[in-house]
Amino acid sequence: MTTRRSLSTLAVILALAVATYDGAAAETVYVSNEKDNSISIIDGESLEVIETVPVGRRPRGIGLSADKRHLYICASEDDTIQLLDLETRTLVGELPSGPDPEVFALHPNGRFLYVANEDDNLVTVIDIEKSEVLAEIPVGVEPEGMGISRDGRWLVNTSETTNMAHFIDTESLEIVANVLVDPRPRYAEFSQDGRYVWVSSEVGGNINVIDTATYEIVTVITFKISGVTREGIQPVGIRLTSDGRWGFVALGPANRIAVIDQQSYEVEDYLLVGSRVWQLAFNADETRLFTTNGRSNDISVIDVEDLKVIKSITVGRFPWGVVVGP
Amino acid sequence: MSAAHYLRCFLGILAREALRFVNQRERFLAALVRPLVWLLVFAAGFRAALGVSIIPPYETYITYEVYIAPGLIGMIQLFNGMQSSLSMVYDREMGSMRTLLVSPLPRWYLLTCKLFAGTFVSILQVYAFLLIAYLFGIEAPAFGYLSLLPALIVTGLMLGALGMLLSSVIKQLENFAGIMNFVIFPMFFLSSALYPLWKMKESSELLYHICALNPFTHVVETIRFALYGEVNTLSLAVTLGVFVVFMTIAIYAYNPARGIVSRKTGG
Repeated sequence: MTTRRSLSTLAVILALAVATYDGAAAETVYVSNEKDNSISIIDGESLEVIETVPVGRRPRGIGLSADKRHLYICASEDDTIQLLDLETRTLVGELPSGPDPEVFALHPNGRFLYVANEDDNLVTVIDIEKSEVLAEIPVGVEPEGMGISRDGRWLVNTSETTNMAHFIDTESLEIVANVLVDPRPRYAEFSQDGRYVWVSSEVGGNINVIDTATYEIVTVITFKISGVTREGIQPVGIRLTSDGRWGFVALGPANRIAVIDQQSYEVEDYLLVGSRVWQLAFNADETRLFTTNGRSNDISVIDVEDLKVIKSITVGRFPWGVVVGP
Repeated sequence: MSAAHYLRCFLGILAREALRFVNQRERFLAALVRPLVWLLVFAAGFRAALGVSIIPPYETYITYEVYIAPGLIGMIQLFNGMQSSLSMVYDREMGSMRTLLVSPLPRWYLLTCKLFAGTFVSILQVYAFLLIAYLFGIEAPAFGYLSLLPALIVTGLMLGALGMLLSSVIKQLENFAGIMNFVIFPMFFLSSALYPLWKMKESSELLYHICALNPFTHVVETIRFALYGEVNTLSLAVTLGVFVVFMTIAIYAYNPARGIVSRKTGG
């Protein structure tokens, strides 16, 4: 009894220690370099590259495991998802992803991974624990964007050529609705309350906001930048702050991030970053936003409070995915 | 001569420069409009041209407006230096220069006072320009506005000394237009004010070397780094060195016993 109590006390102390450690410790930024077949690891405090780890061919979408101890990496040309141990910074395993994985979404329970297989027009559902494929859901042509509601109930996949947002029920693993959106949808992101999904249209040059109750597009957000042609504005990555205030959209070859008011859908500002910006990631407390600038081989760091770009850091060739971990 | 004499002399010269500045509102306006036209009209057309490379002191991509702001600050001070050189030629023609130079205080001191007074005026112009630029969204880090001040004194003195040197060799007011053609324009265009040096190098190696040797490039770079709270040691050293050289020659030139002025004007 005493032993058990002291053990649980110890556990509490340890948990507290870990919690405070997490809060105080500097964060680490991981970037996949599509052309260099590597992951750049950047210190979140000094904003300098501290290590570059070689991984599989054509790494694109990346994400942290629920316990934040592993990084899942879509090695597109190796047709697999690799696991990078963040402690030892070595590859420790693989997941059966199906061919050409590009992007995935992780269920909040940390167990299911939903992968877009670009070449096979499929969304593959992987049980991480068992390391096996649970289901393959046929979707439109060239699936890419994967957004999951914060409660894990709904999944949205966008197909770049079919121009649809497919709403998938994560319990029945069936498509419940297909919403036609503007050309070449690249990314889907749920709002904090799950009421809306923002879908970026790369060729349409806008954002379609879909009501998740009616599956109808309620707003189209358009962009206009002086000195940039309409064709030069190609929205891809989207990130929404969880306080419901700001939406950030990467505008590709426009080399800018649009800052959008989540309530009024008004574009408030355009922040200049590197060339062909695609993907975005917040740090844990959403005070910083990181962008991958594919053609200038660097990432830019945005101060979310000031809405200012504070630094750009050179990484490997064609940086694609980005994620911030402890 | 006591310190009080020196101080009174300094204040007198400063007051005269300030008065001249306040009374000539067009001059102040012109000093502001010139760089603002560059900033808001010229630079706007080149917005997309830059932003492809990051060079110190910048840490990320910048718009062209942000890039040329330090160059335009240099332009303000360059014109101001020329303006005071113009006013010295004018003073000489009108005879008020004689009144100044008959003062019992040493000549080098009188000239230095004049230089400081001119620099002071240029700094007022620079901050007015920065304020308007800020309103148009071209901002530097907050501490940059403070760290810029010492740099502006150094660069203002250097360009003022250049003006003083020129005024000692210009015989008449009418010759001033020549100065514009042969000093201001080449100095401004062959510097890092409008384009970074690496961009010059892309088009011509020779042009790049000329730009790198141009003292005005170092004025602009001193200002650029100071605006971001940093010191460009090389540029600062060059600016200081050039100042000492120009100032020495100017003092020499203004000495009627052996100077260039006496020889040219015949005493």
